[in-house]
Amino acid sequence: MAFMGDFMSPAPFWHNGPSPGAFYNFPANPSSFGSVNHSVQEFKAHSAAPITTTTTVIGVKFDKGCVIAADTLGSYGSLARFRDCSRVLKVNDLILLGSGGDYADYQYLKDIIEQKIIDEQCVGDGLQLKPRSLYCWLTRVLYNKRSKMDPLWNNYIVAGIQDGEPFLGAVDKLGTAYEDAAIATGLGAYMATPLIRDAIDNGPLNEESAKALVRKCMEVLYYRDARAFARYQLGVVTASKVVVEEPTEIKHDWSLAHMVHMK
Amino acid sequence: MLGLSENFPEYALPGGKQARFEPYADNGGSIVAIAGEDYAVIGADTRLSTGFSIYTREQKKLFQLSDRTVLGATGCWCDTLTLTRLLKARMQMYEHEHNKSMTTPAVAQMLSTMLYYKRFFPYYVSNVLAGLDGDGKGCVYSYDPIGHCERSNYRAGGSAGAQLQPLLDNQIGLKNMQNVTEAPLPREKALALLKDVFISAAERDIYTGDSIYILIITANGIQEEKFELRKD
Amino acid sequence: MSSIGTGYDLSASQFSPDGRVFQVEYAAKAVENSGTVIGLRGKDGVVFAVEKLVTSKLYEPGANKRIFHVDEHVGMAVAGLISDARQIVETARSEASNYRSQYGIPVPLKYLNERVSMYMHAYTLYSAVRPYGCSVVMGTWTDYEGPQMYMLDPSGVSFSYFGCAVGKAKQAAKTEIEKLKLSDMTVKELVKEAARIIYIVHDELKDKQFELELSWVSKGTNGRHQMVPREVASEAENLAKQALADVEDSDDGDM
Repeated sequence: MAFMGDFMSPAPFWHNGPSPGAFYNFPANPSSFGSVNHSVQEFKAHSAAPITTTTTVIGVKFDKGCVIAADTLGSYGSLARFRDCSRVLKVNDLILLGSGGDYADYQYLKDIIEQKIIDEQCVGDGLQLKPRSLYCWLTRVLYNKRSKMDPLWNNYIVAGIQDGEPFLGAVDKLGTAYEDAAIATGLGAYMATPLIRDAIDNGPLNEESAKALVRKCMEVLYYRDARAFARYQLGVVTASKVVVEEPTEIKHDWSLAHMVHMK
Repeated sequence: MLGLSENFPEYALPGGKQARFEPYADNGGSIVAIAGEDYAVIGADTRLSTGFSIYTREQKKLFQLSDRTVLGATGCWCDTLTLTRLLKARMQMYEHEHNKSMTTPAVAQMLSTMLYYKRFFPYYVSNVLAGLDGDGKGCVYSYDPIGHCERSNYRAGGSAGAQLQPLLDNQIGLKNMQNVTEAPLPREKALALLKDVFISAAERDIYTGDSIYILIITANGIQEEKFELRKD
Repeated sequence: MSSIGTGYDLSASQFSPDGRVFQVEYAAKAVENSGTVIGLRGKDGVVFAVEKLVTSKLYEPGANKRIFHVDEHVGMAVAGLISDARQIVETARSEASNYRSQYGIPVPLKYLNERVSMYMHAYTLYSAVRPYGCSVVMGTWTDYEGPQMYMLDPSGVSFSYFGCAVGKAKQAAKTEIEKLKLSDMTVKELVKEAARIIYIVHDELKDKQFELELSWVSKGTNGRHQMVPREVASEAENLAKQALADVEDSDDGDM
C-alpha cells in the first residue's frame, strides 16, 4: 500500500493533495507540519558500505520442511558490538526468512515485509503470501536497488512450504537468486555447504537430522569464523507450523587451542 | 598514501580497504548451440558459481521462449534473471497483440534491441538463441552484452565459449581441414558433439560442470535431455 | 430547512445565513439511510455489529462487507455510502501503516482517530469537493489502555464512546444500548447483545433481507481485530432470532 514508496515523505493521496502523516491543509497548500516538507537528502546516495554486519545464514531442506540458522552477533567492523541481533524471521504461517550482511538494511526490509503481511491480513480473504512469491519479490527489490547503485547489503534465505513441498532459495545484494537443498552464505559457503552437501548425499534428512546437522555447522563456524558468535537461533518450517526457537548457546571448548600453532 | 592522522570513520580501519560496490558478478556457465537443416540443439551446463564457490549444481540456464525458440543465457545471473523475465513478458505481449507466437528471427531482433537499450549499464549476459526460423530451418543467434547480433549455424558462449568455439569451427565449420566435403550435419552427430565439447569444457573451465541440460528443437516440439558432467 | 433552494446548499465552502453548512448535513442524511451499525465497548474489548441490507437476492452471501480491518489491532465498521467508506478505510490503513513505519509501534487509536477525522473534516471546507457520505466506528483493545472506540461523522467530528449506533435505526438501537451495563460486560456477552439489538431494530417491512456482520477486538483475541468466529456468531444470531420471536409473541399477547 502506501508503504512501499519513500516513507520519509510518503506519496500524497492524490495529486497535490495531502499525504499520510500530514495535517490536512489543501489543496496545493503545503502544510507546515508533517513529512511533505522535509525532503530526504539533497544529494544522491551512491554506493554504500555495510556498517553493522552479521555473518553466515544457513538453510537446509529436509523431507517435510526446511531449517534455517543464524547467530545473533552484530559486528561493527571487527568489534563484536551487538549481541542480540535476531535475524531469523517468521514472515507468516508458510515462510521463514533468514538474513546476513548489513543489519540496518535487514531491519528496513523487515519492516516493509511485515507491513506487506498486515496489508494482506487487512484484505481478510484468508490468502497468504507464499515463499516463492516472497523470494521473487526480494530478487526484484534487491536487483532494483543494485541497479541504482544503492544496494541493500544483505544475503537472504527464504524457506517455506509451497503447495505442500519444501522450498529453499537464496537472494544476494545484487538480486542473484537460486534454489537449492543446501544454502549457506558468507564464510558458511566455504565451511558449512560442504558439510551439508555431504550429509544430503548420504541419504535424505528428516527434521531431527537436519537440525542436528545445522547445529554442527554453527559450531564449526563458531570455531573458525572470527565474526561468528556462540549464541544462535534456529528456525524450522513445516506444513503444520513455523517456529523460531529462542537463542541457544554453543557449548565451546578451547582446550585444544594451545595445540594449534600458526607458523 | 593515507597517514594515520587522517580522519577515518571509526568503523573503517586504516589499511583496511573497502572495495566500492560492484553491481556485476560473474556466475559462470557455458552454452553451446548447433543448428541443422530441420533442427537446432542447445545445451547449457547447470553449475552456478561465484569465484571458487558453487552456489548450486542444478541451475537451468535454458529458457523456452516459445515452442520453436530457446534462449541460453549465462554471465551475471541477476541480469540473466531480469532479462529473461522481461523477455517472457514481451513474448506474451506479442502473442496477445498478434494472436501468434513470435518467430525466432523476430525474437532475435527484439533481444538485440532490449540489450542495446541498456547500452550504458548493460546486462552482463552472454546470450545464445537457438530455434527454427520462418522456413523451418535451424538457426542460431549469438550476442555481445550490448546487443550486437549475428546469425550462424553453431556457437559456443559463456565462460568456456572462447575454448569451445575453435573446436566447433574445426568440427562443424570444417575450418583448417583439407580434402573434406561439406555435408549437412545429422542430429545425432550434433548431439554427440555437443556432449563431447562440454566434457572438454568441464575439464579445463572451473565455471563449467556438474551436468548439462540439452533442448532439441524440431518442428515436432522440444525434447529435453540431461547429461552428467564431472562435479569437482 | 428554510434555506433550501436559496443557493446556500450547493457548496461545502459556504455557510448559510443562519450558520449552517448544508452539504455536511446532506451527507449526514446519506448516513441515516444506511443499515444500522452499532459499536459496544465492554470491559475487555469492543464489539461491532452491522445490519447489512441486502438489496438483491442475486448478491453472493458475504459480499460488500461493512466491517474492515485497518491494522492488526484496529477494526472499522461503516455506515453510509459504501464506496465513500472504502476510501476512508484506505486512508485509515495508510495512516496506520505510516505511523507504524515512523514509530515502529501500532498506532494508538487516539492518533489514528485524529488523523482520519482531520481527513474527513478537510472535505467539509472546499467548494471543489463533497463531504464523505459515511460515518465510521473504529475500535481497538490494548494492554495499556484497554478498549477504545471512536465514531467519526461526515462533518469530521469524532467522539469516544462506550456504546454508539448509527444508521437507520440508531434511535432504537441507542435506547437498547443504554439499558446495558457496558462497562461490566465481556465481549462474549456483548456479541449476543449486539446481535439481539440488530435483529430487534431491523425493520422487516421496509427492508426485507439483511446479513448480520459481527467482529470484535479484545483481550481474548490478543488485541487483534477479527470477525467473530462462525460458531460464536451463529449462536448469537440464533439467540437474537429467539429474542425477536419472544418479543413478537408478547406483542401479540398485549393486543
